[in-house]
Amino acid sequence: MIDLTQLDRAESAAVAQAALLANEQREQWESEATTSHLVKSGELDLSHNVILYLDDITVSFDGFRALNKLSLTIDAGELRCIIGPNGAGKTTMMDVITGKTRPDSGKAFFGQTIDLTRLTEPEIAHAGIGRKFQKPTIFERLSAFENLELAMKADKRVRRTLFASLFDEERDRIAGVLKQIRLTAEADRPAGLLSHGQKQWLEIGMLLMQEPRLLLLDEPVAGMTDDETERTAELFVSLAGKHSLMVVEHDMAFVEALGGKVTVLCEGSVLAEGDLASVQADSRVIEVYLGR
Amino acid sequence: MRTPFTIRLIQSTPKSGWLAIAIFATLTLVCVPLAHLALPESNPLHLSAYTVSLLGKILCYMVVAVAMDLIWGYAGILSLGHGLFFALGGYAFGMYLMRQIGRDGSYGADLPDFMVFLDWKALPWYWAGSDSLLWALFLVVALPGIVAFVFGWFAFRSRIKGVYFSIITQALTYAAMLLFFRNETGFGGNNGFTDFKRIVGHDITSPEMRVTLFALSAALLIACLVLGRYLVSSRFGRVLAAIRDAESRVMFIGYNPLHYKLFIWTLSAVLCGLAGALYVPQVGIINPSEMSPANSIEIAVWVAVGGRGTLVGAVLGAGIVNLAKSFFTVTVPEYWPFFLGFLFIAVTLYLPDGVVGLWRSLRERRATAAASDAAAAPVPAPRAAASGPDPVAVSKGATA
Repeated sequence: MIDLTQLDRAESAAVAQAALLANEQREQWESEATTSHLVKSGELDLSHNVILYLDDITVSFDGFRALNKLSLTIDAGELRCIIGPNGAGKTTMMDVITGKTRPDSGKAFFGQTIDLTRLTEPEIAHAGIGRKFQKPTIFERLSAFENLELAMKADKRVRRTLFASLFDEERDRIAGVLKQIRLTAEADRPAGLLSHGQKQWLEIGMLLMQEPRLLLLDEPVAGMTDDETERTAELFVSLAGKHSLMVVEHDMAFVEALGGKVTVLCEGSVLAEGDLASVQADSRVIEVYLGR
Repeated sequence: MRTPFTIRLIQSTPKSGWLAIAIFATLTLVCVPLAHLALPESNPLHLSAYTVSLLGKILCYMVVAVAMDLIWGYAGILSLGHGLFFALGGYAFGMYLMRQIGRDGSYGADLPDFMVFLDWKALPWYWAGSDSLLWALFLVVALPGIVAFVFGWFAFRSRIKGVYFSIITQALTYAAMLLFFRNETGFGGNNGFTDFKRIVGHDITSPEMRVTLFALSAALLIACLVLGRYLVSSRFGRVLAAIRDAESRVMFIGYNPLHYKLFIWTLSAVLCGLAGALYVPQVGIINPSEMSPANSIEIAVWVAVGGRGTLVGAVLGAGIVNLAKSFFTVTVPEYWPFFLGFLFIAVTLYLPDGVVGLWRSLRERRATAAASDAAAAPVPAPRAAASGPDPVAVSKGATA
């Protein structure tokens, strides 16, 4: 169940409302279809305008509670920043969402109907959740263009890729993303020769090519110059609305530039939620994180 | 709009590549047959039966090298057991050749000589249909294909990689060799198959048959090169390259590496099988030593010498090493193993990209030298050089 006291603390009536509605909806659905999650897992249902529900998630590693009754919701089209001290459970939370780690208890839903705790990693990727890891991993020997081509949403079975060639509109899409990530001039260079910041961007571009509905970005500006960081913030702000974004970041200037709602994680659960100024003013946050 | 498949197939090989293929085809499909059949032996351009068979044998090795390069050079999977697939194709076709001997064997019996010698009264069940050419051709493809598929399925599904995979392939071919050495296995034991007489009723030692087999080998090599070129320049080839770079990331963007590896692995084995089937009638013998681990390692050496990751490199490597081998084994046979070992060490230390890599770096060095000459001249060449990303292309532009 959703911890109401925590949500009250977050002082966000809208979120609480949505989460309660979602809960009702889910209970109703569960009573109908507990046995066959496959029936509804195909399409993303955003009827309550919420794209991600995490409800009462607990994950323990050898007795250490990495996540402790974590409850969190992300609205469709939202740009959310997650901050918190080291060991607060940020990466574990992303692992749960992408299927890398299974929670000991609790529920994780993508939209109204897709139960993330029952899907494998590729299935979750296919459902529309894209993740960028901390360390950029791109295909160094392929060009930036080819990296994007491979990431593109398409039929990825052998018999299709054997005969696949690019349609003009696909070429245009790749060119569009190259422009978005400012790599048009580097399109045909081997990706291994790009700068660290450019590699980060290329990986964000690969995420965009997959056309995910929800993007999870783990420290996307680590190792970028100030200028690059600023441009990345602009890119993310432009993406919000069409996509939903969850950004984990330590760089407060970057979080401020993004301007979205901020969630503070501490010891595996939500400590505070709100805009950056109100979160920074919260005495408990100052105590555990900012004041340290 | 997308480009039609045939156009893409043609475009996958560059113009210079097609020119080289055309020259190669003229040489192998016209010149060599004419030189062997039409020219009298007194003519200095006449090719002897020995030479034609030797060249035909090397063409088969080149096909094997291309197959090896597809999995090692492009997918990063080093097989040290490819001799097995080559031998399986050879044995599959050898069964047909044994049946074509008919009653002309030394015992004059319906059964192949080695079975009479073992006092067998009837063909074992797995020899059924071996008198049919079509069945033999089917087996040539199916036998290596199925063995590779089953082995690959288990190995790749268990995510066995790198040196562990290489060692297991080595063990596989060694185990198969021990199995085929046994008389009870029913493939002629350590003598294997030999004394072939005909193919589809035609004398196997006739010059026409020799030239036909030679031309078929050349055609197979050309087909392999065009197919290989298409594969590595297609999106499929880029997925292979991506798997070689970062396999887990490939999974994360939605490809299943198992299927990709399995496809190229099985295809590579089938190509080896086809080469083996053409090799056996040209050399006139197949025995279990073809499955020895040393043979499979030699295949890897050909590709390393030529330059892995380029198809032409694999072909060159197979040609260079085998020509050297026939030279050594005729003149100073005892030194061949030493030379092979020396070659492998030298290539690993000094030519990591093989002969093709050497050629490329020489050309690049010449190009940069030309570029610096041009830059020294009082023309605005440096500006042009600064704007272009590709140093080779730029230097070409500067020299032009």
